[in-house]
Amino acid sequence: MKSHARQTGLAEPVESFRLDNGLDVVVVSDRRAPVVTHMVWYRNGSADDPAGKSGIAHFLEHLMFKGTKAWPAGEFSKIVAGYGGQENAFTSYDYTAYFQRVPKEHLRAMMDYEADRMTGLSFDESVVAPERDVVLEERRMRVDSDPAAQLGEEFSASLFFHHPYGTPIIGWEHEIERLNRDDAFAYYQRFYTPENAILVVAGDTDAAEVRRLAEETYGRIAARGAAPVRERPIEPEPRASRRVQLNDPRVQQPALRRGWLTPTYTSGKAEEVFALELVAEILGGGTTSRLYRRLCVEDEVAAGASAYFMGSMVDRAAFQLSVSPRPGVAMATLEGGLDEALAAFLAEGPTELELARARTRLVAETVFARDNQASLARIFGSALAVGETVADVLAWPQRIEAVPREAVVEAARLYLRPDRSVTGLLLPA
Amino acid sequence: MNAPLPTPKLNTAGPAIAVQTVRSPGGIEAWLVEEHSLPLIAVDFAFDGGCSRDPADAAGSAYLISGLLDEGAGDLDAEAFQGRMADHAIGLGFDARRDDFHGYLQTLSSHRDTAFELLGLALNKPRFDADAVARVKAQIVAGLQRQAQNPEALCRNALYAAAFPGHAYGRPEKGDIDSVSRLEAPALHALAPTLLDRAGLRIVVVGDIVADELAGRLDALFGGLSAGSPRPRPAAPLPLQGLGQTHVLDLDVPQTVIRFAGPGLMWDDPDFIPASVLNHILGGSAFTSRLFMEVREKRGLAYGVSSSLLPLRESAMLVGGTATRNDRAAESMKVIREEMAKLATEGPTEHEVEEAKRYIIGSYPLRFDTSPKIAGELLNLALRGDTPDFLATRNQRFAAVTLADVKRVAGRLFGQPDLLVEAVGRPVGLA
Repeated sequence: MKSHARQTGLAEPVESFRLDNGLDVVVVSDRRAPVVTHMVWYRNGSADDPAGKSGIAHFLEHLMFKGTKAWPAGEFSKIVAGYGGQENAFTSYDYTAYFQRVPKEHLRAMMDYEADRMTGLSFDESVVAPERDVVLEERRMRVDSDPAAQLGEEFSASLFFHHPYGTPIIGWEHEIERLNRDDAFAYYQRFYTPENAILVVAGDTDAAEVRRLAEETYGRIAARGAAPVRERPIEPEPRASRRVQLNDPRVQQPALRRGWLTPTYTSGKAEEVFALELVAEILGGGTTSRLYRRLCVEDEVAAGASAYFMGSMVDRAAFQLSVSPRPGVAMATLEGGLDEALAAFLAEGPTELELARARTRLVAETVFARDNQASLARIFGSALAVGETVADVLAWPQRIEAVPREAVVEAARLYLRPDRSVTGLLLPA
Repeated sequence: MNAPLPTPKLNTAGPAIAVQTVRSPGGIEAWLVEEHSLPLIAVDFAFDGGCSRDPADAAGSAYLISGLLDEGAGDLDAEAFQGRMADHAIGLGFDARRDDFHGYLQTLSSHRDTAFELLGLALNKPRFDADAVARVKAQIVAGLQRQAQNPEALCRNALYAAAFPGHAYGRPEKGDIDSVSRLEAPALHALAPTLLDRAGLRIVVVGDIVADELAGRLDALFGGLSAGSPRPRPAAPLPLQGLGQTHVLDLDVPQTVIRFAGPGLMWDDPDFIPASVLNHILGGSAFTSRLFMEVREKRGLAYGVSSSLLPLRESAMLVGGTATRNDRAAESMKVIREEMAKLATEGPTEHEVEEAKRYIIGSYPLRFDTSPKIAGELLNLALRGDTPDFLATRNQRFAAVTLADVKRVAGRLFGQPDLLVEAVGRPVGLA
């Protein structure tokens, strides 16, 4: 199971502050290796794409590498490479982030550049068409060559039938094909502002140094006055179970996934979300989990069983279970076993052992995460980008430890109901 | 808005990592990096051999064993064993690779007694219970079925099969559905001791443990394994077959996955270091390589394109690949071939060589910023026969590379232009 690993009790404190122009800054000091991870997060993602322009957040992320007035296309990549640095970017539903990992003495240069790129993007029409082709190839690679990914798109579109979380981050092919330079710049000018950004620096530095460098670089960007507002439709409470089925001759190993909408950490129902983290770990966290034991070990009907839950979203989260049949086992048999195992869990709740094990594993993940400055930078950046705070991240293990058994049972019963679920089936033709 | 950034002086110092060599009373040797600022211990180790020791008619044996060592050992059945791992948040796992059988342990230092006990049981007393064997086989077969129509997996397997027919490298590491289905516990019990012998064992430990304690624990983990005998290293690399050929596997997908291979260099070849510089210029990981610029940036032919040197124990390849629209697959491959030919005839520029050296030297510390990464880097050094001294001299060796060195290697590797090309999809005009 993938979970949002958090950290606690760092040897040095995590410090955060805000520049006069509204830019939020988080500094995580880790002095063990002479390197830093420098990230800028923008509080906009694919769910903020204008209607009919799906994929623009991601396309702009690509175009952000096409140069500024100060550093024409490719110039900064050459500089980063000359320092031995790594750079990249990624787009999600709620945020877009850019990062470089470099030897610590080059932190200032990264900040100079990223500050310049926040407002100075500059490229002409000639780079747009080839880069759009690159994105279309990316989509062909990730989606069109993989039936499971195609089912995933249809599954999300069924889970979120109104909210843009139901639209692929990369966009629909026919809309990507029509994205142009004007779309990209309109989007850029709306969202790429200091008030909408979060700077995260992790590694061999400290808050005093980062503050000084940030004021000299990002601090020179004029404030816009207010952060842009995310304007998104609200997903209604589902009233029906739904099934999506994809049959494809390429499928030789069938699979089933089931999902439910849930609240998020910032929804005012955080207690339920902490409880759902434990539900996910108990049901599908590794080979000792309820579903793995029942379906893979005892009934011998499944090859794999797992759970996925990510409560750090802006509007709504999704709780998902995935199972795949052992070779020769009919999908109906596997689904029957899943239904029974889930019903039994909802009726009885977890055992004390299951609950204790889940707490131990989730809390330990946060200790392991402390070993990795790049992971820490991602944890803090993504949390702040969806509206959580540094204090929320630091308190996460204690909050997990404190969830009572009844809360786990209640959250599971409230959200994991058959009559509000989506089931996705991947089957041979 | 910004003045040009100054070019920094090349700092060729190696990573400041103190590697101790620890020897147990029974003679087991491990490299240790003590790091007490976090309560964690990472252990990385590998046995020489791995999938290449699979019997020819039992491909996938080592991979199956790698999935079974934590499925019950000693008095603990799978449920009891994995329950103890979960209760103590212990990460323990194995992986069979082409040339070695790799294992790792990650634990909070407060749980190290249990963690080392479980590792010792897994290595010395695996059970291979019938239900566990059936379960893990089903998982591997399910995985193989999932990959059966996956263009990337098909292309990769096709490349190895064509390059190394009749050799262990030509067989898929996980076996195939037939071979895996035939594997049973008695054969696994017979094979495991030869996979896990001490002859080529290398061990690296990083984290919150002191040398004396580690020395005292190594014998219980590894001392009971059979001694084995070292495998000689071949004098010359096994030549690649199929050079000059292009094979297309038809699959109804809109994009063609391409992988290509040409001769590479063994790790101990004196030209390996300049060859690494050459590869970085051709298709290395920065957003500046020739393939990245020509295939992606200028022409929009692909999302990803890259190349890498792949030194194996008995052979060596330069491999690369991309994924590109069916109707432009031929154009992509033509561009790739032209860049390789240009490097062979004209060589790179002095500036490209200097920038590549800067990248390779400057990026080295990024490989040492977490305990598992430090352990993994050191284990790779140990497996290819280097000592920890390499850390201190590595960057100087790259700094000493000249344009003439890289031109010489380019001629050596790309001068004879025949590549083995495998493509999966519906490419137009490729073969």
